[in-house]
Amino acid sequence: MLDETNGKSMSIIVTKGTLDWAYPPFILATTAAAMGLNVTMFFTFYGLTLLKKDLKLKINPLGNAAMEMPMAGGHMAMPNILAAMPGATALTSAMMKNMIRKKGVASIEELRDLALEADVNMIACQMTMDLFEYRKEDMIEGITLGGAATWVDAATRCDINLYI
Amino acid sequence: MADMVLDARGLNCPLPILRAKKALKELPTGKTLEIQATDPGSVKDFEAFCRTTGNEMVEHHVDGGVYVFTIRHTG
Repeated sequence: MLDETNGKSMSIIVTKGTLDWAYPPFILATTAAAMGLNVTMFFTFYGLTLLKKDLKLKINPLGNAAMEMPMAGGHMAMPNILAAMPGATALTSAMMKNMIRKKGVASIEELRDLALEADVNMIACQMTMDLFEYRKEDMIEGITLGGAATWVDAATRCDINLYI
Repeated sequence: MADMVLDARGLNCPLPILRAKKALKELPTGKTLEIQATDPGSVKDFEAFCRTTGNEMVEHHVDGGVYVFTIRHTG
């Protein structure tokens, strides 16, 4: 749990579990931990899937008009009609992961391991576990289960509280 | 010469900071760490990192597209 005597602290509520939305919480959590903050992450709704042992992160540009990919010196967005085709999610996910590797950006698996190593306190939302029928054994080791009160309690003692 | 050198070239945010933190942990207080990075954002980031953690930025310069930082472990 949070150590009040040891510097500053941050909490993040993680509500989204696609490849793109997985980045901000893990980047901020690992960086804050490296800068000496006590960090608590609360994973709820689709964010909960980021705690699964087997991460199969995906991204689809459908309905996301701002998503462009660098292509042939410019940028291209995929029309919704194409993004809705079978295989579009697999294709765009593979493209994004390839780009991530090429640009020296860490994978989510790597950042999550670094967060655990840095003693980031990861709380899985018990209600979401029940709602989506996940078992504790589907999730990685080193996390705790908790509810809204657990986060509120932590947040009252945090300098920074984020909702992503 | 720094007491330890960290090659963070080719790595993007936040990996240079995370690797530097790990290296500083192994380094005795008072010793210096040289970090080589190619991420242009690392200039601002290492300044901020030092300010928050209390480690001392001894010197930094650019050397042919490589950002070189010398940090003394004081935090």
